[in-house]
Amino acid sequence: MKTYDMTELAVRNLRESLLRNSLTTVGISVGVASLVAMLSLGIGLQQLAGRRLQKSGLFDTVVVTSRRDLRNFSREQEENGPAPAESPTLDETTRQKIEHVPNVLEAYPDIRFITELRFEDKPHLTAVAGLPFSARNNDAFDGMQGSFFSSETAAEVILQKSFAEQLLGRTPRTGMAEVNVAELAKPLLGKELTLRYAERVAAPAMPSEKKGAQPGTTGNLQADSGTAYSVISREQTVRIVGVCDLDPDSMRGAARARVFLPLKLAESLHVMQPSDLRDTTNVIGGTPTYTTVQVRVKNPTSVQEVEDAIKKMGFNTFSIVDATRSLRQFFAVLDLFLGIFGSLALAVASIGIINTLVMAILERRREIGIMKAIGASDGDVKGLFFAEAGAMGVFGGVVGVALGWTIGRAINLGTNVYLKRQHFPPEQIWFVPWWLVISAIAFAIVVSLLSGLYPASRAARLDPVQSLRYE
Amino acid sequence: MIEGPVAASSNGSVALRTENLCRHYQMGDALIRAVDGISLQISSGEFVALLGTSGSGKSSLLNLIAGLDRPTSGTVVVQGRNLANFSRSQLAKHRLHTVGMVFQSFNLIPSMTLLENVELPMRFAEVERSKRDALARQALDRVGLGARWRHRPAELSGGEQQRASLARALINQPQLLLADEPTGNLDSHTGTEIMNFIREFNESLGMTVVMVTHERALAEHYAKRMIFLADGKLVDDLHNIAGVEAARGGKL
Repeated sequence: MKTYDMTELAVRNLRESLLRNSLTTVGISVGVASLVAMLSLGIGLQQLAGRRLQKSGLFDTVVVTSRRDLRNFSREQEENGPAPAESPTLDETTRQKIEHVPNVLEAYPDIRFITELRFEDKPHLTAVAGLPFSARNNDAFDGMQGSFFSSETAAEVILQKSFAEQLLGRTPRTGMAEVNVAELAKPLLGKELTLRYAERVAAPAMPSEKKGAQPGTTGNLQADSGTAYSVISREQTVRIVGVCDLDPDSMRGAARARVFLPLKLAESLHVMQPSDLRDTTNVIGGTPTYTTVQVRVKNPTSVQEVEDAIKKMGFNTFSIVDATRSLRQFFAVLDLFLGIFGSLALAVASIGIINTLVMAILERRREIGIMKAIGASDGDVKGLFFAEAGAMGVFGGVVGVALGWTIGRAINLGTNVYLKRQHFPPEQIWFVPWWLVISAIAFAIVVSLLSGLYPASRAARLDPVQSLRYE
Repeated sequence: MIEGPVAASSNGSVALRTENLCRHYQMGDALIRAVDGISLQISSGEFVALLGTSGSGKSSLLNLIAGLDRPTSGTVVVQGRNLANFSRSQLAKHRLHTVGMVFQSFNLIPSMTLLENVELPMRFAEVERSKRDALARQALDRVGLGARWRHRPAELSGGEQQRASLARALINQPQLLLADEPTGNLDSHTGTEIMNFIREFNESLGMTVVMVTHERALAEHYAKRMIFLADGKLVDDLHNIAGVEAARGGKL
């Protein structure tokens, strides 16, 4: 029999026992729907987490600290590498060296300080951080109002939205994360801020003339140039050019800083750094030393390799690559479990198909006998039952995907209503990619055909003489 | 094994031939010898009635000729080919093209219209879609049901159903028409109507007809040859009896 004729006969046979076959098809639909709903939820959650992590820069950032910084002293440091005192300093030369490590996009010092800012004659205390010029391309600044720094040394600042709120005298409400950044930015853009900070200046004269600058200097100073420094209070006027929606807790956004300066400008200010006091021997050398250098890696997969290379140079590194690995593993397991639960429903549905078709064989035993008597081959009968199973699979799959899509949407909607009640912004926790639609339908068809395998071959093997005798 | 074409005689070539044909069933401990060593030969164009009491093996013999069943031993040669050696799919082809069957209980598919029922063998034979409809209507016209093509079997009388089943049996133009008690469920008037159709096919189309019946009078009136079976064995074979009173008065 030709495939078209087979399909036509199969569909008309399905229509004959409409109720039973519809119920079976509904069974498949529910199975497919649960599969689609579960997996789309898993995929959606994964994408949500992925988006969050990508923005935070967790995936591609390595933080480099000097082993000399004993605050970060760890057992690992005790066991491997040079002793802290003999380890290299984290200065400009090393920064450039790190920048030449393969797969490193850029390495920039982490410059941050807590200082006082005056805005409209009111003082505000906050953390200020230097922002590399490359940050303009970061998706972290996607929602920024205004513009990025006009040059690498421009006397300009970008404010984090909560600081902007503070400047405007509004109290940031917790929970309502959806702050209208555009509205905040309007009165602030172009306004000026006065930045007060402590500059470290190498003293040209005798160290003894300075008082209070170097209380605990050990004897190993270079005697010829700049054996001391002084700290001078300075002011710098900066213009607000942007207000950003950056998450203050993210790694890329120079953690917890709420005001950003161009990095080069921040460097040139020679702001007194905490490390200056700890590592006095190097403070007054020609090149600046850094507490921390942030290294951005080309892609998350080469983080480990870059980390190893930097460790070999004698520095401490930190990345969250392990955390992301286990996170990805978690989602793989989550998807697997969701998929298994979804498939279970489909497995139940497949038993429904087997049941329906076996019942149909009993019911249509005589009909099978007749068809064989008038010339149907085993293949024709088998094909007919197979086509019926397949048709149920197609209908069930299509309806199921639609149903699953609706369920997913409903869950998403419900979750967002809940999130709103809890004062969280709405999120897309549900996503149905095309491949899921296609593969869910294909899966339904395959499962149906597999379920049809046994009934179809049973129908085909029926003895025509006995079947004709059957009433 | 007997294979290959059988030498055709001038007048009637051999339509079918059986040689020591046996069909035994195991039923519990008992061995049922439904067909037990039957050898016979039927020429093309013959109208043969198989007679016997119920359980005599006439239907079993018909099923073996139809290719619905396989012999336990012996040969059944139809159109020069031994069905005993056929595979399942060859048997299906045999049922599809070589023989047409009508049954006592009509065996139309209840969910299909008459047209679809008659068309069904053509689907199995993969006849082109465009031709099927016209051929099926033509076949229904021939048995006087042309106007009722869209009715379902349940909406028809028994005689009409049997006529439709005759149309279906002939749709793939078989050489052999096998009828198993074709009038068994019909009143005598309708039965006569059906038998007249069968006779017409035998005479005008030259079809070989093998009909199972237990009504001797019917056989005597229509068949040209009567084969008597009892307990799976051939007990008598009478030729040239159509329209004439049987020479033998033996009770059956």
